[in-house]
Amino acid sequence: MAVVFEKTPHLTDKPFHYCPGCNHGIIHRLVAEVLDELDLDGDIVGVAPVGCSVFAYDYFNCDMIEAAHGRAPAVATGVKRAKPDTLVFTYQGDGDLASIGTAEIVHAAHRGEKISTVFVNNAIYGMTGGQMAPTTLVGQKTTTSPNGRDEAWCGAPIKMCEMLAAVPDSYYIERCAVNNNANIIKTKRAIKKAFQYQLEGKGFCMVEVLSTCPTNWGLSPVEAMKWLEENMIPYYPLGVYKDKGAAK
Amino acid sequence: MALTLMKGSEAIAEAAIRAGARFFFGYPITPQTEIPEYMSARMPEVGGCFLQAESEVAAINMVYGAASTGARVITSSSSPGVSLKQEGISYCAGSRLPCVILNVMRGGPGLGSIQASQGDYFQGVKGGGNGDYHLLTYAPSSIQEAIDLMMIAYDKAEKYRMPVLFLADGIIAQMMEPVEMPDMVDFKVDPEKKPWACTGWKPGDDPEKRAVINSLFINTEDLTVHNAVLQEVYAEARANEQRWENYKTDDAEIVVTAFGTVARIVKTVVDELREQGVKVGLFRPIAVWPYPYKALAETALRDSVKAVLDVEVNEGQMLEDVKLALEGGKPTHFFGHCGSQFPTTDEIKEKILAIKEGM
Repeated sequence: MAVVFEKTPHLTDKPFHYCPGCNHGIIHRLVAEVLDELDLDGDIVGVAPVGCSVFAYDYFNCDMIEAAHGRAPAVATGVKRAKPDTLVFTYQGDGDLASIGTAEIVHAAHRGEKISTVFVNNAIYGMTGGQMAPTTLVGQKTTTSPNGRDEAWCGAPIKMCEMLAAVPDSYYIERCAVNNNANIIKTKRAIKKAFQYQLEGKGFCMVEVLSTCPTNWGLSPVEAMKWLEENMIPYYPLGVYKDKGAAK
Repeated sequence: MALTLMKGSEAIAEAAIRAGARFFFGYPITPQTEIPEYMSARMPEVGGCFLQAESEVAAINMVYGAASTGARVITSSSSPGVSLKQEGISYCAGSRLPCVILNVMRGGPGLGSIQASQGDYFQGVKGGGNGDYHLLTYAPSSIQEAIDLMMIAYDKAEKYRMPVLFLADGIIAQMMEPVEMPDMVDFKVDPEKKPWACTGWKPGDDPEKRAVINSLFINTEDLTVHNAVLQEVYAEARANEQRWENYKTDDAEIVVTAFGTVARIVKTVVDELREQGVKVGLFRPIAVWPYPYKALAETALRDSVKAVLDVEVNEGQMLEDVKLALEGGKPTHFFGHCGSQFPTTDEIKEKILAIKEGM
């Protein structure tokens, strides 16, 4: 019998703990498929965040480090400086990367640190139960913005790709989504490009992936995907924000 | 071997390199900035890496990452900066990563002063970060002793898989002394000796050998087991790693306890008072964790001892450990300043003579 689909080797057999409809599962799979295709003979270290994907060290089938909240880019820096031939990636959510970890991500980009970051933005703190994130949209209701995010009180949602593209030594910055098959393929291509640039010794690369959180948004998985398309993508436009390696 | 006149901060930095440290991550703060300055020039000469982090928080997390590969890694800072590192230090302890952290103590709390102090004893040995953990903590009282302790620090850190903290004060870092610098250790990461480290793994390899550097144990049963392992390690360190010095305590009526630079001032006091016929001696912990409780009890609970005096440049932080060692067995006095003011020999003498008067 022909095998038409199988578990990808860079994911462990551990069942994901993610909620139904959450996009982490798709994004994990894409990262793992890219790791398979790069065929690196084991020189890979992933750095997991604090947040919904905190257990990423149980899922990615490579050497893994669990970092403190927001500190993954600094941890990855330590690994990369100690073992420059290793592919080092961080996998971080929006609370981790865009709030408590802004100093670490901005300075990793500024140093042109040769690491790759997969940044999953679902506009909310998922693990702690749906609080307002720096990425929460204006008007979006969360448990700490019960009347909707008020821009006059807490400012506008932070746009990390736009911010990091402005950093002189960031190398490749792209925002993707996994809301349909075409975008899933684009996301995988972006992750692969980010990892390949690292292997070529280029600078800091980040792929932001817009993601749903049906549980904390209070929507069904299908409604959540629609909400992402109608609300998140207009505010967080998809596309390449910077690619120093693109053909001129 | 010839003696070289060296500044403490530079000597400690060089000793770390001789001990095999090849990765330094830090951030400038007085009075230890000469350490990153020295490292920035010296690390490239030995094929190592100096990287100035954006903050002490980032620096300790870079240590966490580099130490995860099994490399010998070091960071240094001074009190307010070491406060910022506490999160990462707790993670290093929880994930059982060997590394060396230098605290060149200055006055506190808060921004405090830039002068030397001993105000971080509690922070160093009683916690500092969250959770039940300890650091093997050395309190050198001379530059040579700091060098000698550095030469064993990584072996100890790796043996117990725990971070080592140096509690040095600003005087140790800023003064110059003639020192003997040991030869360079030939250190390379040996994956066989560090099966826990991120040294390369791929699907198909033994799943047990996949490195997962982690301090999260979400099930309480697992966290209990993890803490039990940590406590076993600490028990072994308590059994094997106590270090102290007895100075003229054999017939002492008054035993003075002190650590670091203060102990050197006390030594002068002991010598001068002995010339006047006062039977006084010094008990000096070299490792302040694990604390040499038994050795202090054996020294100070003898019948000949009438009183104990603890001297520190803080408001009596080690005093708590002195009292734990003595369990109320002897009258215990304290003398200290907490404004980065080191006590003079005359002040200490006056205190000792007053105690003797009242005996």
